[in-house]
Order: sequence, then C-alpha cells, then structure tokens
Amino acid sequence: MDKSQGRVARDTAGELPPVVTHSGHRGLQLEEKLIFEQGVPGRIGVDVPNPPQGAADKLGAFARKEPIGLPDLSEPQVVRHFTRLSQKNYGIDSGLFSLGSCTMKHNPRLNEKMARLPGFADIHPLQPVKTVQGALELIDELARWLKTLTGMPAVAMSPAAGAHGELCGMVAIWAAIKAKGEGETRRRVLVPESAHGTNPATAAMLGFTVDPIPADARGRVDLAAFEAKLGPDVAAIMLTNPNTCGLFETDIKRIADLVHKAGGYFYCDGANYNAIAGRVRPADLGVDAMHINLHKTFSTPHGGGGPGSGPVVLSAALAPFAPLPYVVHGKDGFRLVETKEAGAAPFGRLKGFNGQMGMFVRALAYMLSHGADGIRRASEDAVLNANYVHARLKDVMTPAFEGPCMHEALFDDRFLKDTGVSTLDFAKALIDEGYHPMTMYFPLVVHGAMLIEPTESESKDSLDAFIASLRHLAALAKQGNQAAHFHAAPRLTPRRRLDETRAARQPILRWKPAAPPAPTAQAAE
Amino acid sequence: MRYLPHTEADREAMLAAIGAKSVDELFVDVPAEARLAGPVAGLSTTKSELEVERILGAMAAKNRPAGAMASFMGSGAYRHHVPASVDYIVQRGEFLTSYTPYQPEIAQGTLQYLFEFQTQVALLTGMEVANASMYDAATAAVEAVQMANRVTRRGKAILSGALHPHYRETIETHGRFSGFDVAALPANLDGLAGIEALLDAKTSCVVVQYPNVFGRLQDLRGLAAACQKAGALLIVAIPEIVSMGAVVPPGDMGADIVVAEGQSIGNALNFGGPYVGLFAAKEKYLRQMPGRLCGETVDADGKRGFVLTLSTREQHIRREKATSNICTNSGLCALAFTVHLSLLGETGLKRLAALNHAMATSLEAKLARVKGVKVLTDAYFNEFALELPRDAAEVVDKLADKGVLAGVPGGRLWPDDPSMARTLIVAATETNTLADIDLFAAKLAEVL
Amino acid sequence: MAELRFTKDHEWIRVGDGDVYEIGISDYAQGQLGDVVFVELPEIGKKIAKGGQAAVVESVKAASDVYSPVAGEVVAINDALTGDPGLVNKEPTGAGWFFKLKTGDTAQFAELMDQGAYDAYVKGLG
Repeated sequence: MDKSQGRVARDTAGELPPVVTHSGHRGLQLEEKLIFEQGVPGRIGVDVPNPPQGAADKLGAFARKEPIGLPDLSEPQVVRHFTRLSQKNYGIDSGLFSLGSCTMKHNPRLNEKMARLPGFADIHPLQPVKTVQGALELIDELARWLKTLTGMPAVAMSPAAGAHGELCGMVAIWAAIKAKGEGETRRRVLVPESAHGTNPATAAMLGFTVDPIPADARGRVDLAAFEAKLGPDVAAIMLTNPNTCGLFETDIKRIADLVHKAGGYFYCDGANYNAIAGRVRPADLGVDAMHINLHKTFSTPHGGGGPGSGPVVLSAALAPFAPLPYVVHGKDGFRLVETKEAGAAPFGRLKGFNGQMGMFVRALAYMLSHGADGIRRASEDAVLNANYVHARLKDVMTPAFEGPCMHEALFDDRFLKDTGVSTLDFAKALIDEGYHPMTMYFPLVVHGAMLIEPTESESKDSLDAFIASLRHLAALAKQGNQAAHFHAAPRLTPRRRLDETRAARQPILRWKPAAPPAPTAQAAE
Repeated sequence: MRYLPHTEADREAMLAAIGAKSVDELFVDVPAEARLAGPVAGLSTTKSELEVERILGAMAAKNRPAGAMASFMGSGAYRHHVPASVDYIVQRGEFLTSYTPYQPEIAQGTLQYLFEFQTQVALLTGMEVANASMYDAATAAVEAVQMANRVTRRGKAILSGALHPHYRETIETHGRFSGFDVAALPANLDGLAGIEALLDAKTSCVVVQYPNVFGRLQDLRGLAAACQKAGALLIVAIPEIVSMGAVVPPGDMGADIVVAEGQSIGNALNFGGPYVGLFAAKEKYLRQMPGRLCGETVDADGKRGFVLTLSTREQHIRREKATSNICTNSGLCALAFTVHLSLLGETGLKRLAALNHAMATSLEAKLARVKGVKVLTDAYFNEFALELPRDAAEVVDKLADKGVLAGVPGGRLWPDDPSMARTLIVAATETNTLADIDLFAAKLAEVL
Repeated sequence: MAELRFTKDHEWIRVGDGDVYEIGISDYAQGQLGDVVFVELPEIGKKIAKGGQAAVVESVKAASDVYSPVAGEVVAINDALTGDPGLVNKEPTGAGWFFKLKTGDTAQFAELMDQGAYDAYVKGLG
C-alpha cells in the first residue's frame, strides 16, 4: 500500500547529479525528430479507396515518374508526432500571453464549432448564389456589425489580414486621388516613426514616398512636425490609434481635420481597435479608412501566424472604390457582385474568391456572444488591465510614458541600466517564469521597449501572479550581480536560446536526405 | 459575460490600485465629443452559446453544402476528404492559440512543422526552397510577379490566357497601383498561345497555370527556354496541389518560381477562405523571396532547433524597403496541410492522385456521351472543360435544383467575355462516387 | 596603413592606389549591428553619388544601408563577404572592406572626419 498519500518522498541520499536520460527525453519534454526522419516504406496513414476499374489515363506525357520524396507513416505515428510538437508551444490556452500589439485574448471554442458547420465550411466559393444565401447573409450581417460599431458607411470584406487590409485601404485612397486627377502629384504618405512596419511597407508597395513623423515627449505624434510636413503632395497619413505606445492620440481630430484640409486622407491602422471598440466610433475621429484585424479585436485564433482577416471600413468618399467582390441586397435575396457595375468604381480584386469566410463566422460568433454591451465591457476591461499592470509595476520598472494608457502598458529599459541585463534577457527570464514575454524593442521610439498587452481575458488573480513575477525579476536584475542568470535564460524550455546568426549565415530551409556514403576507393575501381 | 473574468469587486479594487474613480477616467485622452455614453445602438446584447448556435445554425441551414449534393466544382477550390486526425491536431490549443513564433524557445512546435511544410512544398513542386505560406494562390502569384520585378529590375508581366481569372485580376489590380505593366492574354484553352510574341526586354516574368484553368496539362519546357533567353522568369501557378502526386512538377520543367493553392490538402472549401498560398523558388532568388522563412540551427546546448530567419527581408525590420508587406499569413492552414500530407505520405498521395484522375476520366467518359457536349481538354489531371450547346450558367443553375453542382460556368469566371458563356469547367475528386457521375450525366442530358 | 576618414553614417574610407578608394563600415557600426549575416554589394561599374546608397549590411535583427562617402565609380567589390560576412565583425577596417571606388574628385576625402574627430563623434552618441 502506498502510504505517501501523494507526498514527494524526501531524498535522504543528499544531492543527486543532474538527470541525464538515455532517451534524450526529459519527462514530458519529448524530443521529436522530423517527419522525414521517421518514414518507413510500406506504411500508410490514409487508406485510399481503389480507383474504378477500367478508367482511362489522360495524363498523356505528364505522368510523374520520379519519386516525390515524402515519408510514409501510419496514423498513430503522425498523431503522436504533431501532439509532441504541440507540447513545445505556448498558446493563450497555456497561460498569459503578454505580447503587446498582438492582442492575444481567449479564443472561444464555440467559434470553432460554428465555423465547422457544413453550411459554412463545406460550400464552394463559386456555387450558384441561390445555394449560398446564408453565407452571403452572414457576410452582410458581419459587415453591419463592423459598420455600426465604427460608424462608417461602408466596409470592404475581402482582405486576408491586417497588412492586406492596409493595402486595400491605401489603394482605395489612391483610387480616390486618381479620380480627382491628382494621381501624379499626391505621392507622399506621412507615417509616424512608431508605426508598425507594415505601414511603410504598404505605402512603399504602392510607390508612395514614405515620410516619417517624429513622436513628441508624450509619445504622440509631434503636431508641429506633422503640420510642417503637410502640403499639396500629401496623399495620406497612416496613423495607428490608439498608437503603438498604447496611448490615445489626443490630437487625432485636429490631425484628421488638417490632413483633410490639405486634400489628403486619414488611414487609421486599426490593429489596436480592441482598446476602444464599443466606446469610440472611428467615424467620429475623422477616419477615412481603417482595417480591423478580426484575429485581434474579434478573437479569431492567431493559429501560430494566421490565417487572419482584415476588413476595411471606408468613408463615403472612399466607398465607391471598394474592391470586388462584395455583397448587396437584390430583389431575390443577396447578390455577390464580382464585376464592375454601374455607379461603382471598384479598384479591382485583392485575392481569390470571397474573403476569409471561416474567419467571418468566428468573428460574428464572438460579436453575437458579447453583444454591443459585452464588446464595450471587453474594451474597458482590456484598458483596465493594462492600467493595472502599469500602476503596479511603475515603481520597479520604468514606464515609458505617464498614464493612463489604453490597452497596453509600455516600459523602457532605464530600470535595467547598469545591471548588465538587457530587455531581451529580461524577457527571456520571463519565459522561465511560465509566461509568454512582452513585445520587445517595439515601438522603435522607446529605448529597449517592453510592450505588455494583458487583454481583457486575464483575471485579477492572473494579473497579480504575472505582476509578482515581473517584480521578482526586476528586483533580481537590480541586485546587479545576476546578469549571468539572465543571459542564460530561458533554461527550462524545450530549447534554450537559438543561434540565429548561424541560421542566417548558412540558411538551411528544408530537410534533405543524407548524402549516400561516398564509394570507397576499392568499390570505385 | 462568460469570457470576461472580472467581478465588480475586482474592477473596483483594480481602479483603486490605479487611482481612478471610474473606468471613464482611463478614457480621458479621447476627445469628449467622441466618447459614447453607452453601448453602440442598433446591435444586440450579450447572448448565450445556445442562442448564438441557433442564430448561426439558421444561417448555415440556408446554404446547400457541396457534400449534400453531387459536386463537380473546382476552378481553384477542390472538395477533398480530410482525415479526422487533421482537425484534431489543428484544434489543439498549443497550435490554435499560439502566435507567430517570434520566441523560438517556446514555439518549436510551430517552427518544426513550418520547416516540414517548407520541405513538403519544395518536394511537391520540384523546387529548391519554399516559404512558410502566403494567403492564397492569387496573392502568392502577385508576390511572385513582384519578386520577378525585383530580380530582373524590369516591370512587365505576361499572363497566360489560361490563368485563373481571379489570379489574373489580382495581379492586374496590383499592377495598376504598384506601377508595373501587365499584358494579359484573352481567355484561351491553349495557355501558351501568344506568350512568346509578347516577350521583350521589359518583361520580368511570364505567369502560366499548370494544370491550366481549363484543366489542361501543357509542356512548359519550351516556354521556360524562351523566358530564359529573354531574361524573364517563368512563374507557374498550380491551382490543385493534389495534382503533384500524379504529374511532372513545374520545377522539372524549368520554372523559376512556383506558387500554388494549398487548400486541397487539409483544408475545407470554406466558401473561398481561409486558404493557404504555397510559394517556392530557385535558391538563387532566396534573398528576394517574400514572407516568412523557417530555418534550422542549434540552441545554446547544441541541440537542433528552428527559428524564423532571413527576417531582414520582412516589413517589421526593413519597413519601406521590405520585399512584401505580408505579416500574418496562413499558419494554421499550413499546419493542416502538413498533417494531411504527412498522413498521406508518398504512397498515399500517389494513390489519392491516381484516384482523382480515374474519377475525372470516368466522368469525362460519361459526359462525352451526352448529346451536344464537347470535351475541350486533352491531357488533364482531375479537371477538364466542356463546351455546351447553350449558356452554361443557366445549365448549372437548373442542375443545382436537381441536386448537382455541375461545375463552374465560363460566365462566372469571365463575366465580360461572351465567348466563354458556353464553357463549363468540371472537376472530380475522391469524394465523388460513380453514382454521382451517373446522376450528373443523366440530369445534364435532361436540361440540354 | 593609409589614413582612414569617416562619415556620420559610420562608413570609413581609405586611399588606395591613386584615385581609387576603399570603403567599409566602422568598428562602432559593426558593434551596433551585431553579427553580420549578409552583405549586398554594388555592381562593378555602377556610378554612385556622394551619399548615395551603395550597399546593404544585415545582421539578424537589423538591415542598414551603406552610403558612399564620396562620388565615383565602383571598380572592385569584396567577394569574400558573400561567403564569410562575419569578416565585417572580425576586421571591419581590414578584410571586411565592402567596395572600391574610383573618383575624379580627391578633394572630397579631406572634408571627412579623421580618426580623432570620429572617435569624439562616436563618444558623443553615448
């Protein structure tokens, strides 16, 4: 009979040496080879039915004769392989994910269930529209929610992600400029230095000159510098609001008015819309176009880097240029407009088919669940949580700016001065504490930036535990003799710090079979 | 609200710690006239799971799923059977709720499958390197054209007349606004016709599709040689990646860049998205590739591990000089692809491709016997084109009422080209049965 | 070794044979970048204006343009950097040179900072 009652037996033999296992596994941390290193010819993971007898061969001269090089495995091997891989990952389901600007909030499984209904998942994008009226209704209803929440009159639904939405909005702006006959002259776009990298990249893709605007001491757009840059060649300003410092741009209405007066447009990067959804309508701020990351604000899962979805709300001035396809109400139900119709001037198509339907279903499920009241409450809680982190850490870490902040709290690395610990080291130590670290070294306008976005999903208890870990690490760093501890972090993870220099200098971007052993001199003879 | 953990007592305690009387004080930086006093009007309020399921279930019920009919639709989106274990893996929270793997120590799961994905894509397409995914085939095709523009320092793309119109239109949109020229050939069953005559010293690339939008397989080697001679890159777009289990890959025919729609492996039809764009190229163009790349390295203990690499091409570092603005891509769809293809393996993919081909040729044999139907495609994989004696869109509309999704009519893909109105593009996969085929042939005969 | 002159963008330049100059990035610059993983060099024969973009140097986390301190025509590039970009870290002002430029206007050289002025400039950057 086990009398330990679950207690850990005290080791009475004194210190034991570090555990070295024969297998290389460390308990639940299981080493896993590449799928290509596990294949055995003769195994199979999918039983494919036999083809019908006597079917003709019409491949002509195109039949593939060389082996592809894929490994053959059974189903249990494959399931175990990917299960083991999953266990090397940190997700929101694992714990607090403080990655600023990325809005890692809870992903309800209801949304997954809804997206998998055959009525949504198993419909072909080119089915006759009379067989997909419910899908068009869903797109229309999601569009109505987005328009109502933002106060904007139109929305382009097809962009596949935030950056794709930026492209959509900026193309709409350029189309409007061209329609006014100013396509040749308005070629400059103002972008604050604190902007996401996608903003200048998008403007440059469209051939615009990117003109950076500095931030002022309050972390906002330097209004004087902005005014000085306005002119008849300015096409637009691309401004994130709340900005990437987690601050609301207090002069936003004046900025909108001034850029409009100069004949340009206001593109708002809506990556941080989750701070204000349901409390502030971008239309009331003078916005002409704004993308909404459904995978941030409306909780469609990030999935390790996508898929996303980035609908763009548009002002009346830009609405006629919205891309194809789009949904309209017809006399026999909903219609999907896939080609230019009278009265519209669509700038063209941005991707194949009809937009990220699977993401639309998830986002609408999230919106319906919350309702207008819940969305407002979620924004408030997100802002409350960030301010709580800001308030509880300001004595041990150094906030980059005065509060209140919006949905994320920004710290710089002044509190690490002379400790030998960098922002990177500090963040890596947080990994050993069991948290996904904050965004580091962004925004660029703050030295050694640490951007923490707790989101509304975290309870007070969860935040208190997180704050306690950060306070502990800050105190440890300030002891001044702990640099080695931080440099070595993380030490408790499936892998420790990885050699990125080696990866970049000699890129190995795919598995290749080991070269067959060179024939010996004798064999070659 | 079930997703929001705070009690009123929590909120009060937190506000006290902050030193604010109410949450309104935290929004003090918002201009007063832009602050809404209460929830946005005109929208519903918090609903239970049960209520949401009812509402969305009712919407879903208004659609007729392809699986509930005999479906022969393709044209860049194909209905395949996805093994149950694929969705199980995809829904594991460590994958579903993770972020882009910027912290490699706690994202080796994502990074390793991306490395496996890149390897699979390179092997399937016959290319040297592949990236960690794009949004879909159409946007991948645009990225390929822009990459060719950078590599060649030229700015004219020639588009085959047998390129999917959505790919063509997406490239044309970007051409108009990014400032490169597009010479698009009119719809033509012969995807190679007219291309070489347009090749000149300004041409950065030629974009062809394989199998082409009419399902046709054509030898690209002659075109590859002509492109090389003209200093232009050959871009090949694959709409149906399962075809690579049966046919010679574009990499073996001289392609410089291959883009593909990866939806067919692991991913549902989803009314057109999310899908997964595949992107592969010759290694010498690596530095000009768009999107994320995952590479092998070692950790501080010398153990093999994986990281995102060559990031200086990307927008978060290079900003306005980046090779692309892409950030979020199709990570989870790429996972579904990788799991499904791992299950299939070499043997399973070849068998699956053979079955698809056999179903398609069985379909062709039946449809060819329907009076008035002319088969247009000679060599093909699982898709081919027909010419009908009347408007194909009307035929498809009528057949939908008889339980058959009869393919994609020319009028849907080329609404502005009346010469395509009687063309019908049909596809067959392993999800079709011989009974489906008989039903299609019988009903088609009825409506013609 | 011939005298080095520097720009505010941390390029160095050294007199080579006659009117040919050798150009690279300073020790301070390589230190700021960290491990260099890739260098994109100009084409031989390219004419570059003073201050014009001539090359790109990349570390794992950053990419920087390298500007030409003087106007001229590229006559040689350091191919060794393609295979071993770490030379920029190891010997920034030696084997880690980037390219050689032929210029007609040798007076440009004298306008640039000498070692003492550059050291003071770097010190001022904190």
